Amino acid sequence: MKKMGKLFAVLSTLLFTSVALTGSCFAAETIKLGVPGAHSGDLASYGLPTVKAAELVVKKINANGGVLGKQVELLVEDDVCKPEVAGNSATKLVSDGADVILGHICSGATKAGLGFYKDAKIVAMSPSATTPDLTLSGEYPNFFRTIAHDAVQAKLQVKFATEVLHVKKIAVLHDKGDYGKGQAELARKYFTEAGIEVVLFEGVTPGAVDYSAIVTKVRRFKPDLVVWGGYHPEASKIVSLMRKKRMKTAFIGGDGVKDDTFIKVAGKYAEGVYATGPMDISKNPLAIQAKKEHQDAYGSDPGAFFDAAYSAALALLNAVDKAGSTDYDAIIKVLHTEYVDTPLGKISFDENGDATGIGFSVYRVENGAFVEQK
Amino acid sequence: MDFDYFTQLFLGGLTRGSIYALIALGYTMVYGIIQLINFAHGEIYMIGAFTGLIVSSVLTMMGMPALGVVVMAAMAAVIYSSAYGYTMEKIAYKPLRNAPRLSALISAIGMSLFLQNYVLLAQTSDFLPFPSLIPDFEFWEPYAHMITSPELVILITTFVVMVLLTVLIKFTKIGKAMRATSQDQVMAALLGINVDRIISFTFVVGSATAAIGGILIASHIGQINFYMGFIAGIKAFVAAVLGGIGSIPGAVLGSFVLGWTESFFTGYISSDYEDVFAFIILVVILIFRPAGILGKSETQKV
Amino acid sequence: MTVNNEIKKSFLASVWFMFLTFPIMVIKVNTVSNTVEWRWMNMVGVGVGAFFLSMLWRYLLVKKEMGGKKEKTDKPGLVQRVLGERKFAVPALVVLGIFTLVFPHLFSMYQTNIMISALIYVMLGLGLNIVVGLAGLLDLGYVAFFAVGAYSYALLNLHYGLTFWIALPLGGLLAGCFGLILGYPVLRLRGDYLAIVTLGFGEIIRLVLENWNEFSYGPSGIANIPKPPLFGLDLSLNQKTIYLFYILVALVIFTIFVINRLQDSRIGRAWIALKDDEIACQAMGIDKAKTKLRAFALGATWAGMGGVIFAAKTTFINPASFTIWESVIILCTVVLGGMGSIVGVISGALLLILLPEYLRDFGEFRMITFGTVLVLMMVFRPGGIVENVRKTYTFKR
Repeated sequence: MKKMGKLFAVLSTLLFTSVALTGSCFAAETIKLGVPGAHSGDLASYGLPTVKAAELVVKKINANGGVLGKQVELLVEDDVCKPEVAGNSATKLVSDGADVILGHICSGATKAGLGFYKDAKIVAMSPSATTPDLTLSGEYPNFFRTIAHDAVQAKLQVKFATEVLHVKKIAVLHDKGDYGKGQAELARKYFTEAGIEVVLFEGVTPGAVDYSAIVTKVRRFKPDLVVWGGYHPEASKIVSLMRKKRMKTAFIGGDGVKDDTFIKVAGKYAEGVYATGPMDISKNPLAIQAKKEHQDAYGSDPGAFFDAAYSAALALLNAVDKAGSTDYDAIIKVLHTEYVDTPLGKISFDENGDATGIGFSVYRVENGAFVEQK
Repeated sequence: MDFDYFTQLFLGGLTRGSIYALIALGYTMVYGIIQLINFAHGEIYMIGAFTGLIVSSVLTMMGMPALGVVVMAAMAAVIYSSAYGYTMEKIAYKPLRNAPRLSALISAIGMSLFLQNYVLLAQTSDFLPFPSLIPDFEFWEPYAHMITSPELVILITTFVVMVLLTVLIKFTKIGKAMRATSQDQVMAALLGINVDRIISFTFVVGSATAAIGGILIASHIGQINFYMGFIAGIKAFVAAVLGGIGSIPGAVLGSFVLGWTESFFTGYISSDYEDVFAFIILVVILIFRPAGILGKSETQKV
Repeated sequence: MTVNNEIKKSFLASVWFMFLTFPIMVIKVNTVSNTVEWRWMNMVGVGVGAFFLSMLWRYLLVKKEMGGKKEKTDKPGLVQRVLGERKFAVPALVVLGIFTLVFPHLFSMYQTNIMISALIYVMLGLGLNIVVGLAGLLDLGYVAFFAVGAYSYALLNLHYGLTFWIALPLGGLLAGCFGLILGYPVLRLRGDYLAIVTLGFGEIIRLVLENWNEFSYGPSGIANIPKPPLFGLDLSLNQKTIYLFYILVALVIFTIFVINRLQDSRIGRAWIALKDDEIACQAMGIDKAKTKLRAFALGATWAGMGGVIFAAKTTFINPASFTIWESVIILCTVVLGGMGSIVGVISGALLLILLPEYLRDFGEFRMITFGTVLVLMMVFRPGGIVENVRKTYTFKR
C-alpha cells in the first residue's frame, strides 16, 4: 500500500499541474472556425495550405466587418492525420466552442472526428477527404466537402482512358495510404468493369529512396497506361524515373497529382502526364485573387487543396452569415440551398453533402501547365 | 525469367543499396565508437540536402555556371552537415556519455524531432523540387534504360567513399585512434588519445558521408522535404545492423543485401510486401548470425 | 577573469550558432518570384539567444555535475522519501482517489478524452516497462501488440459481434501469443540487434494490416467500433466517455497492482537478475529462455488490452495509428519516466502524452518544443523523472 501511496501522490501533483496549465475560456463574441488537420509530421504539406487558406479568408472577412457583426476567430488544431489524435483535436474543438469546422484533411482522421461533431451538432467541411462513403453512407448529415469523391474521378478516368486513349491493359499503382489505395481500388473496379485488363496492381512504399524496381516491373508488363492512386510526391518520383529510363507509357493520376507542385517537382518529366481534378478554375477571378493573396502573404504559391479549402472556408462562413446564427439546422439548410461564389465556381451542396457545381475534368501537362482536355 | 529483366533488377538493387550505404556508413561509424543508435542521423542527411538546395538555388540566381554550383552546393552541404553533426554530439550526446544507454537513445529521438521541425518552421512543409545537379551523360545514352547517369554517379561515389573511409580507418593515425577508442575508451584515453576529439571527428565524418548521400539522392529523386530523413534513416539503420553494426564493409554489404532483397522481391513477387520481406530477411540472417553478416560475435568472458 | 572567460565562450557559441543556422534560418528562396529572401533578423535572434542560452547551459551542466557528486549516497531521492512516509502517502491517496472520481465531471469532455489517451499510454508504458525496464530487453516494436489488440477487438466485433468485455481478455491473450511468437526466434539476440528485429516485427504487422484488405480492410480502416456497453443503457457520447474513463482507471489500478506484485515475485527478480548479468543469472539456475519469453508475453498482453481500449476509445482504427513512432513514444515514456520504476513510468506517460496536447497553444511550435523537452530532460536528468530505487535487503545479525 505504501508504494501505491507514493504513486498516487505523484500522480495527483502531475494531474493538478497539468490541469492548472490549461483552462482560460474565451468568452469573447466571436465566430469560431475550427481548422483541424495534419500540421506536422509527414503529411503536413497537405494540411498546412488549408490553414493558410483559412487565415486569408478570415483576414479578409474580418477586415470587412466579420460575420453577423462578429469577428471570426481561427482555432487551428493539429491531428497529424492520425485517427486517435484527430479524436482529441475534435473534442478540443468542441470544448473550445467551435461553431463550424473546416477539416479534417485525411479521410481516416475525418472519420474519427465526425462522430464528435455530429454529437455536438457542428457542421464540418473537408477540402480533401475523398473517401466516398463519408457522404454516400448518409451517416454524417453534418459533413460536407468541396472536393469530389473518388468514385467520380475513377469513372472519369475510365471514360477518358477508353474513349480517348483507347487503352487495352493498364497497371494500377498506389501509395498504400488511406487516400491512394482507396483511389486505386476504385480504379481497378471500374476499369475491370469496362473490360480493360489490369495487369498489375501494386502499392509502393511512400518515402522510399528509389523506385527503380517497380518501374522495371511496369516496363515488363507493357501496360498502355499507368493509373496512379495517391499524392504527387511519389507520382513525380515514379514518372521521372520512368522517363529517365526511357519509358513512354502514359500516366494518369487523380486530384492528388493535379497540383502545381507536381509539375514544379517533376519538371520536364511531367510533360504528357494526365491527371483528373476539379474543373479548370485558373480563369476564375476569385481563384486568381486567392492565389495572389497567398503569394503576397507567404511569398510562395499555394499548396495542395488550397482552392478547395479557400472555397470551403467561404462556403462555411457564408452559410453562417445567411443563416443569421450559428444554429446547426439553419446552417445545414443554407448549405443545401444557397449558392456561394468561390474560387471553385458557384457551388452548393447536394443532399449527401457533396459540392455541386464543381465538375471534374481530365488535364494533361503541356509546356509546364495543366491543360484541360475536352 | 529473362536475363535482361534480372539484370535490371540487379542494377536497381545495387543503386538502392548504395543509397542506403551512404547513410548507413555514418550510422555504423557512430555506433562503432559510442554504441549509440543515432536516431537523428537521417535528419543530418536531410539537412545536407536542404543546404545543398538552398545554396545551389542562390548561386544559380546569382548566375554562377552549373559546374560551379554543383561543387559549391556539395561543399556547403558537407560542411554544414558536419557542423550539425558536431554540434548535435556536443549538445545531446556528450553530456550523456556516462548515462544509461537508453537515455542517449531518447535524446537522439528528441534531436530528430527537433531538427525535423526546425526545418519545417524555418523553411517549408512543402515538397521542393531539387535541381538535377548530375546531367545526363551523352556517352551513357545507350545504357540509360538500364541504369541512368545519376544512378551511375551514385554507384561510383559510394564506392569511392567506402574506399576512402577504409583507408582512413585502416591506414591513418586518426583511424587507428578511432579503432582504439571504439575498443576501449578508458584505455584509449590512458594511452594519450583525446577521446572527445575522436568522437567529434567520427560524427563529422559520418555526417559528411550523409551529406554526400543527401545531395546525390535528392538530385536523383528530384524532390526534398523535411521528412525525407526519417524513412531513409530507418532503412539505413536496418542495413547497418544487417551487415553487422560497427563494421564499415558490413554496412555496405548489408545495404546491398537490403537493396537487392527489396528489388528482387518487388520484381518477382510484389512490392506490396517488399518491406515485410526485407525485415524477414533481417530476422532470418540475425537468427543464424546474431551479430550480422560481417559482425564479429563476441565471445563473452566472465 | 572567469567572467571574461564565460563571456568569451558564450560569444563563440553565439557566433557558431549564427554560422550553423545561416542557410536554413536566414535564406529563404521565394519560389514564385525566384528571389532570395534574406531574413537577417533571424540571425540576430539566434545570436542573442545562443549567447544567453549557452551561458545557462554551461551553468546548469556544472550544477548537475556538482549535484551528481553529492548524491552518490544510496539515499533515495526527495520524492521517494517524502512519499515513503505513511502520513503523506495516505492523504495523498485519498485526495487523488477523490480527484480521479470527480475528474470527468469537473472538466470538459476534451480533458477526459485526453486523460483517457494518457491512461492508455500509462498501461502501455507499464507493459513495456516489464520488457525494457525489468528484463532489460530493448523492444522497438511494441506497437505491434497494441495493434493486435486493437484489431482483434475491431474484427471480432465486426464479424462475430463480440462485446468489449469479451474482447478485452481475448485481445490481451492474442497479443500475448504474438509476444511468444516474436520472443522465440529472438532469444539469442542481444541489445541493439534485438531492438532492430523487434522494430522489424512492428513494421511487418503494420504492413500486413495495410496490405491485406480482405482481412483488415487495409488503410481505410474499420469504423464504428462500439464503446463499452453499460447494462444495455443508452448513453450519450459524453457519458460513454466518462464510463470509459472509469473503466480505464480501474484497469490502470489493476495493472499497477499486478506489476507491483510481479516485481517482487520470483519471476520479477529473475528478470532483474537477467538484466544485470545474463551469465551469472544462468549460473544461478534461472532458465534464460523461459524468463525472457515470459517478459515478452506479459508485456505484450498489456499492450493488447491497451489496444482493445484504444479501439473502443477512437471508434475508428487504421494502420496509420500503429507506426514506429508510436513504439518510440512508448519507449520514451518508459525511459523518460525512469526505467523500472512504476511511479516514474506513470509520470512519464502522463507527461509525454499530455504535454503535446497542452502544447497545442504553441501551435506550430508544438513538436519542436516536444523534441527539445526530450533532449533537455535526458541531458539534465538521464535517469528519468523518478529514478528507480533498487530494493535493498539488509542483513540482520
